[in-house]
Order: sequence, then C-alpha cells, then structure tokens
Amino acid sequence: MTRAIITVVGKDTVGIIAKVCTYLADNQINILDISQTIVQEFFNMMMIVDMTKSVKPFDSINEELTKIGADTGVQVKCQLEDIFNKMHRI
Amino acid sequence: MINITEVFETNKMIEQENLDVRTITMGISLLDCADENLDVTCEKIYNKITALAKNLVKTGEDIAKEFGVPIVNKRISITPISLVGGACCKIPGDYVQIAKTLDKAAKEVGVNFLGGYSAIVSKGMTKSDELLIRSIPMALACTERICSSINVGSTKTGINMDAVRLMGDIIKETAEQTKENDSLGCAKLVVLCNAPDDNPFMAGAFHGVSEADAIINVGVSGPGVVKYALEQMDKAAKEDKGCEANFETLCETIKKTAFKITRVGQLVAQEASARLNIPFGIIDLSLAPTPAIGDSVADILKCIGVEHPGAPGTTAALALLNDQVKKGGVMASSYVGGLSGAFIPVSEDQGMIDAVEAGALTIEKLEAMTCVCSVGLDMIAIPGNTPATTIAGIIADESAIGMINQKTTAVRIIPVVGKNIGDTVEFGGLLGYAPIMPVNKFSSERFVNRGGRIPAPIHSFKN
Repeated sequence: MTRAIITVVGKDTVGIIAKVCTYLADNQINILDISQTIVQEFFNMMMIVDMTKSVKPFDSINEELTKIGADTGVQVKCQLEDIFNKMHRI
Repeated sequence: MINITEVFETNKMIEQENLDVRTITMGISLLDCADENLDVTCEKIYNKITALAKNLVKTGEDIAKEFGVPIVNKRISITPISLVGGACCKIPGDYVQIAKTLDKAAKEVGVNFLGGYSAIVSKGMTKSDELLIRSIPMALACTERICSSINVGSTKTGINMDAVRLMGDIIKETAEQTKENDSLGCAKLVVLCNAPDDNPFMAGAFHGVSEADAIINVGVSGPGVVKYALEQMDKAAKEDKGCEANFETLCETIKKTAFKITRVGQLVAQEASARLNIPFGIIDLSLAPTPAIGDSVADILKCIGVEHPGAPGTTAALALLNDQVKKGGVMASSYVGGLSGAFIPVSEDQGMIDAVEAGALTIEKLEAMTCVCSVGLDMIAIPGNTPATTIAGIIADESAIGMINQKTTAVRIIPVVGKNIGDTVEFGGLLGYAPIMPVNKFSSERFVNRGGRIPAPIHSFKN
C-alpha cells in the first residue's frame, strides 16, 4: 500500500476540503483518515490517503494538488507517509 | 498512525527551520580505471562516472519531491586520484588533464562538486602523490567543480612535515592562480589529518580504498532545527520554572532533535540506495551551516548561552553540542560515519561572520574549538601576504590536534591575494562571504623547514 499525507494550510475558505476530496475521488485515491484544526483563523488539515489504486503517478497528483491549492489561495502538499513515520516512530 | 501535530512539526522544520538533507554523495572507486596510457585512463574514468552516476541527480530530485524534503546537493567522491594516475602521469600537466576529464564528467551528470582530487601522504609521498600535489593550483584554476584534499597525517603514522611544508606553498600558489575570483581555488582545497574514507562533505570527500566499488553516503544538516528546539525549550522552562533550562534538559533536547533530523537522512539514504541499486554506506551526522539566516551553528552556541562564539565557554558549549548530536544521531541510523559533528566554517555561517566582525572570534580561539568540533579551521580568509611557512605552521598545529586526539582535523584557509585586514571577500552561494582575519605575525619558518616527519604519538599515559 502506498500511503501519503496530504496537508492543507491557509486562510479558512469555503469548500477547500470538498475540492481536494473530489479530486482524490476522481483519481481513485482512498482517504483513510482526516483531521483538522484552526489556529488563529488558519486552517490546518491533514489527510492520510491510500494511493495504491491511483490512476495517475505520484508526481502528477502532487503537482495537480499544489495547483488546486494555489487556485484557492491555500498551500497543499502531498508527501509519502514514510518521512513522518521515520521521524516520529522508533 | 501518525497524527496532525507530528505532521505539522516535520513540515515546520522543513519550511521554517531550514531542515534539509545537505548531500547525497555517490562514492565511486576508480581503481579499475588505471592504465599506462593517459588518454585511456581518462576515457575509462569518464565512462565509469557517467555510467554509474547518470541517474544520481534525477533520483535525488524525485526523492525530494516525493517526501517533500529538500536535498540540496548531489555529489560524487572518487578514489584518491594519485592512486589512479600513478602509472600514466609523468608531469603535473598530465594530472590536470585528468582533472579536466573529471570536471567534464561532473558537468555531464549534473553534480555540483566532485571530490577526490586527492592524495593520502600521511607518512610519505610517492612520486605520483607529489606530481598530483604540484598540479593542484593549475587543476583548481582550470576546473569548476573539482575539490581537492590532501591527508598529511594520522594518529597511526604521525605527521608528514614535508607534505605540510609543501601544502603551504600549494595553498599560496592556488590563491595566486585563482586571484581573479578572490582566490576561490583555496575554498576547494583542504588539508586533513585522520581523513575518513567515507566523508560525503566537500571539499574533503574522497572514496577511500577500504570502500566497495560504489556506495551511497548521505550528509544531513539542520542547525536551524536545533536552534528552534532550544528556543522553545527555554521558553517552556521560563513559563514553568521562571528560569532557563539546565544542562540536563539542554542535552536531552539536542539529542532528541538530532535523532529526528538523522532519521530523515536515513530514509533518504535508503531510498537513494534502493533506487540507484548501489549499496548504502553511511550517514554523516553533521550540523552543516549555510549563509542563510537561522541556518547557523553559531546561533546554537548563542542559544546555549555565549554572547558570541569566541566568548569564554564557547569550547565547552561546542563540545556538548557535538557530543549530543552524535548520541542522538547514532541511534537514528544503521551506519554512521564520515565527519559527524558540528561544522564551524566562518564564511558559511552568518553567526560566525558576526562574531569575527564583533571582535569576539580569532583564529586562535577557532583552533581551540577544533579540538572538540567535527573538523577544523574551515573557510577562513586571511591576508594574501601571509607567508607560506605560516600557513604550513597552521596546518601543522591542526594536524597535531587531530593526531594526538585521534580525530579528524582539517585546514581550509584562503590567503586572498590583494586583500588585507578590514577587507571582506565574497565567495558566493553556499560558500558565503568572510572578513579577512588577522594571523599571528611571528615566524614558523625554522620549524616547518626542518623536513622529515613527526613520529606517531604514544597511546598510553593520557594526560
């Protein structure tokens, strides 16, 4: 299973999650977990997703998500989960 | 499962605290490229490097994108070239032809530096070693990406003072031949004692003879992350107890942070090794500063509590920093090697530059600091009229520290032609800029001109 972490950071705006989720559904990427917080009006969201059945390669998904973010005025990043597991789990 | 706090902590380190992987360095053995014919040797060298490293830069970029962590440099280290050119090089110019071939190969595969224009002469020099050393000024003047290093001593062999004396002249000559660029050639030339075989950092990287045919070594960094962690630690301690954290908390904080930084390096190294199908060698656990604000080892020393690096207490602060980085990093990686510790270059660290300009930091204090840091006198600009014998004296002092203390020490010093105290010199990019530092005026001439070598030290009666 290829698991990735998608993070969204920016000013709270209507429809951010909807846009990202629709994009993921269109590309056969399954959402395993979502959590979010709002710190001083800043929206922080994290999704754990399974990209095993993704119809596009990781590179394209990453670029397109970044673009969706830029269009909405938020920062969207997609990173393989391993970097977080390695850093925070022994 | 990973949680939101952990994810944002990692990304904050990358985005705001300059966490990066400083280098993926591919070590390549060129021993099988030696031939009696110079052209054949050059052709074999070019073909081997470009075949093995053709995907190095692309792989580094892919890993950086997929994990979202910058990998700043992709580099190559090679077998000390005096071992490869021995049969075919008859004059220094022959070695320069090899240097140009290496430069061409480095440009072809897209790496920014290639290290290993080197010789290991810790006990004696072969004819080949001496030819190579004499070719260094010309080789560094007519290439862009080649780094050169000479190992002049070790704990097991003592110090080759003939080589030390010669390197004084070679550094001066390199400065002269690259004077149009503020003697930049000397920034790519380092003189070492106890040089490790697997160092991924320039300018001292080479692929030692104890290594396999090809290997992936990774150098991590992250002084900014350590600094931020210490600031948060003191803030929390003040809120909690009304005073700054004690040494126990300080050391624990550095250790934990070093662990996290190193785990990222370990991940990148394993990925690069698997994708390039080349064995993983080591992680070098170094805190390597850059001229970027906040990416400074000097700033960590200030967080620990000295007003400027150079103030009394600095050597102790650096010693604990170096030791805790190793303690935290060792558990995070399966193999640790290279230089592993905190680098204290002057021109590459804004905090060090500030300390020199404030009058807090001198070459003598830096020398004391090199007894406990990972390497030595690094990226120090001195007046262009400093005598070669004085430079040789500085190299001898550093080598003695390395030899006696069983550690790597080095000198990368730049006698900038035409500049004097009060001037500054701009090297650009990661090499930064530096004020010209004063050097002790008294002569070392009689000492370094004696010739011969200093015997290996005794390993008992440690006082």
